[in-house]
Amino acid sequence: MKYVDEYRDPAQVKSLLEEIAKIVSRPWTLMEICGGQTHAFLHHGLDDMLPGEIELVHGPGCPVCVTPLEQIDRALAIAARPEVIFTSYGDMLRVPGSTVDLFNVRAKGGDVRVVYSPLESLKIAQANPDKQVVFFAIGFETTAPANAMAVLQAQKQNIKNFSVVVSHVCVPPAMEAILSSKHNRVQAYLAAGHVCAVMGYHEYPPIAEKYKVPIVVTGFEPVDLLRGVLTAIKQLEAGKAEVENAYERAVTLEGNLPAQKVINTVLQPVDRKWRGIGMIPKSGWGLRPEFESFDAETRFSVGEIVTQESPLCIAGEILQGIQKPPQCSAFGKECTPSTPLGAPMVSAEGACSAYYRYHREAVFHER
Amino acid sequence: MCLSIPGKITEVYEDGSLIMGKVDFGGVLKEVCLDYVPEAQTGQYVLIHVGFAISVLDEDEAMARMDLLREIESFEEELNPDEIR
Repeated sequence: MKYVDEYRDPAQVKSLLEEIAKIVSRPWTLMEICGGQTHAFLHHGLDDMLPGEIELVHGPGCPVCVTPLEQIDRALAIAARPEVIFTSYGDMLRVPGSTVDLFNVRAKGGDVRVVYSPLESLKIAQANPDKQVVFFAIGFETTAPANAMAVLQAQKQNIKNFSVVVSHVCVPPAMEAILSSKHNRVQAYLAAGHVCAVMGYHEYPPIAEKYKVPIVVTGFEPVDLLRGVLTAIKQLEAGKAEVENAYERAVTLEGNLPAQKVINTVLQPVDRKWRGIGMIPKSGWGLRPEFESFDAETRFSVGEIVTQESPLCIAGEILQGIQKPPQCSAFGKECTPSTPLGAPMVSAEGACSAYYRYHREAVFHER
Repeated sequence: MCLSIPGKITEVYEDGSLIMGKVDFGGVLKEVCLDYVPEAQTGQYVLIHVGFAISVLDEDEAMARMDLLREIESFEEELNPDEIR
């Protein structure tokens, strides 16, 4: 397919790998922010093909992984209500709350439906006027335009039986939180290409300058990923810390302005707790007061929920690139995709699931 | 959740106040919202994310990059003429 096949061209992958090997002179640690990029690196075996000097650590860009447990429990409590049709992106269904997941809720008679787009939830609401339709609005800046549009359309079309559980997170505050940690190992970032397609990359120069790290906007295909690595390594070797765009076909400096306008109409910055990492100030979005009536957590009071994470799970350290999945004592033993202790083992974007799925334990121990 | 897929617009129309369209993903047609790429036209490629186009793919940029990469490749070949690729 156009815009895919040419970015998987083995000859180009080979020449990029050679170019990287030629310029790298000492060890460097790079973090790809997005879980989709983690999976792409491992799926194509690129992590293993890079020179030994280059270590990839994996970032927090897995929305399912960073959604707090108590938020999942609140969503589960709403989903179990008899008057509710609960709609969600598919990734969220298998993520365990404290005791159950959305699949269990469905098995016990709850009406839980997977939607591809939040606009489908609106259609479900219109087709079921006697039911309350709730959408689990999670994700980074990539899903925010869609989720915000659904709320805006619900208001415009006066769809009163629609509401959202909002747990939106934003990338730049997390990048700063990682860099300012005393355990930080990241020397350069591969910024998440599709987050930048929406938001642009004008927020990054102050971060690159303050923490002296190169930030390279990077795509998702093998050629894109290696161009991101090459650009970052060139900067590191030259002692530079700049923001560069290595995903020009999809990303502009200013991003998608119509999408940003709708996000800013419906959502506002809020402090957000990240699962495993903790509270990061102004690191998420919540509904603006004008749209409060669409807040499912107000509409269906579920009360205070206290949760307990597995004591074995080190998801927080994995999500900050401090540890890697095979360093966890539970990896592949107590914790597998069918018996996950933490969200990174469940999600299609989680680092633990990537290591498990692509058998990277051996590669990790060899390196 | 951050994986967006490129697809080709085959049809643009309005549904209520939203610009919608049909997009071809290598043979599979899907309805998507084009409201965030109002300039997009039939025949162009867009990146689709959870049912919304978030970016029109820039053909000129894409071509220029591919040419540049091919240049690196042929330069390498000149340096290592014996190497079989």
